[in-house]
Amino acid sequence: MDLGLNEEHSMGTTIIGVTYNGGVVLGADSRTSTGMYVANRASDKITQLTDNVYVCRSGSAADSQIVSDYVRYFLHQHTIQLGQPATVKVAANLVRLLAYNNKNMLQTGLIVGGWDKYEGGKIYGIPLGGTIIEQPFAIGGSGSSYLYGFFDQAWKEGMTQEEAEQLVVKAVSLAIARDGASGGVVRTVTIDAEGVKRKFYPGDELPLWHEELQPQNSLLDILNASSPEPMNI
Amino acid sequence: MTKQMVEVPPKGGFSFDLCRRNAMLAKKNEGAKAPSFRKTGTTIVGLIFQDGVILGADTRATEGPIVADKNCEKIHYIAPNIYCCGAGTAADTEAVTDMVSSQLQLHRYHTGRESRVVTALTLLKRHLFNYQGHVQAALVLGGVDVTGPHLHTIYPHGSTDTLPFATMGSGSLAAMSVFEDKFKEGLTRDEGIKLVTEAICAGIFNDLGSGSNVDVCVITKGDKEYLRNHLMPNLRTYVSEKGYTFPKKTEVLLMKITPLKETEEISEARDDMEE
Repeated sequence: MDLGLNEEHSMGTTIIGVTYNGGVVLGADSRTSTGMYVANRASDKITQLTDNVYVCRSGSAADSQIVSDYVRYFLHQHTIQLGQPATVKVAANLVRLLAYNNKNMLQTGLIVGGWDKYEGGKIYGIPLGGTIIEQPFAIGGSGSSYLYGFFDQAWKEGMTQEEAEQLVVKAVSLAIARDGASGGVVRTVTIDAEGVKRKFYPGDELPLWHEELQPQNSLLDILNASSPEPMNI
Repeated sequence: MTKQMVEVPPKGGFSFDLCRRNAMLAKKNEGAKAPSFRKTGTTIVGLIFQDGVILGADTRATEGPIVADKNCEKIHYIAPNIYCCGAGTAADTEAVTDMVSSQLQLHRYHTGRESRVVTALTLLKRHLFNYQGHVQAALVLGGVDVTGPHLHTIYPHGSTDTLPFATMGSGSLAAMSVFEDKFKEGLTRDEGIKLVTEAICAGIFNDLGSGSNVDVCVITKGDKEYLRNHLMPNLRTYVSEKGYTFPKKTEVLLMKITPLKETEEISEARDDMEE
């Protein structure tokens, strides 16, 4: 049984970015895999670029971390030179320039989202080749394949913050249910005019979908039981 | 018509030219394998406890199926407050940790401050990323600095994770199963050392690439303890204590057994790098 432990560290992933009336919500799962082994079951794929712009990372873990580090550095310089917070469009374009000009060597899909005073909440998707596309919502990663139909049906213009967050959490948990390379917990980052809020949804707080069962005969229940119970199938 | 080649002076850095040819040769001639290099197989672990960080490692270095070194040191010094366990190719882990250690010392002279773990992390990940995974070093970096205790894993391609407990190497699955069962936040020093030892032993006994003894390193604020060979569960036993018996019933007049290797007292070995 070859677990493929020496393969490159990749983030199977489901990443989502959604705009709502007044800001954006970014969401992601937390699984990083090396071949068939889960190297980190609680990773944070939503990385800060500036105070008001965050990026969801997918694909090769190393490539996406390096790209975010470079863009954070460039944006910091840009903010100092500009004298005011950078816009989401500038951040997304910096990411796009790195992704496009190094397309032969990088393997990472990114979703840049944030809020600025000129355009409000904006989401930019930057998939594998280095295209940049401004969208009202964006999905990425291996788990996104299972969400295209869901979003076609469930997305609507002008949602409230609660509706947008619930949509993102529901979507990530649906993808986790079907995609082997996504799992763990759901993390969300909400950015609006007031600032940034991070939320965390552990596995047992997520809704159960078709054919998913409540945990039964869990080892925790057996261990916590006062008297040893016989194992039953 | 001769083709004129423009002479371009060689640029600095690693030359990847021969990598494709090596791969092609390995595929073409099943018998002509590249010379095997010494890997550390390995189980390395780290965890954060209430006062700092504890790192652990086994001590077996393998060269293919042969054990090249039964008692090697896999916990490398990076700074007085930062240590790093290394898995993968032994030369790569040694070289990259030594290089970053010296860069950090120069940086300490420049800044006049204690080194931070994130500095070591960034230097290591940049180097590994620049070599695109060809420097096969998988590291568990741990230390305590002014901002608190930190534990990071660094993979050969340059990606990093920050975790409260981590395992790497061929024995990582065995060790991780022990951690996932027994780890909790706010362990005491003794509980932490016991858990790390158990995790390394799981790797030693269940993974063929790991073996021999357990090394432990405890780093707290302002203090570190390098427990070399903290546990030795694999001492060599000899077939017969009576020594050699001669054939044809030769009468033994005198028998004297001289141990070939004198056991040395290992004192605290890491004083040289202090300021």
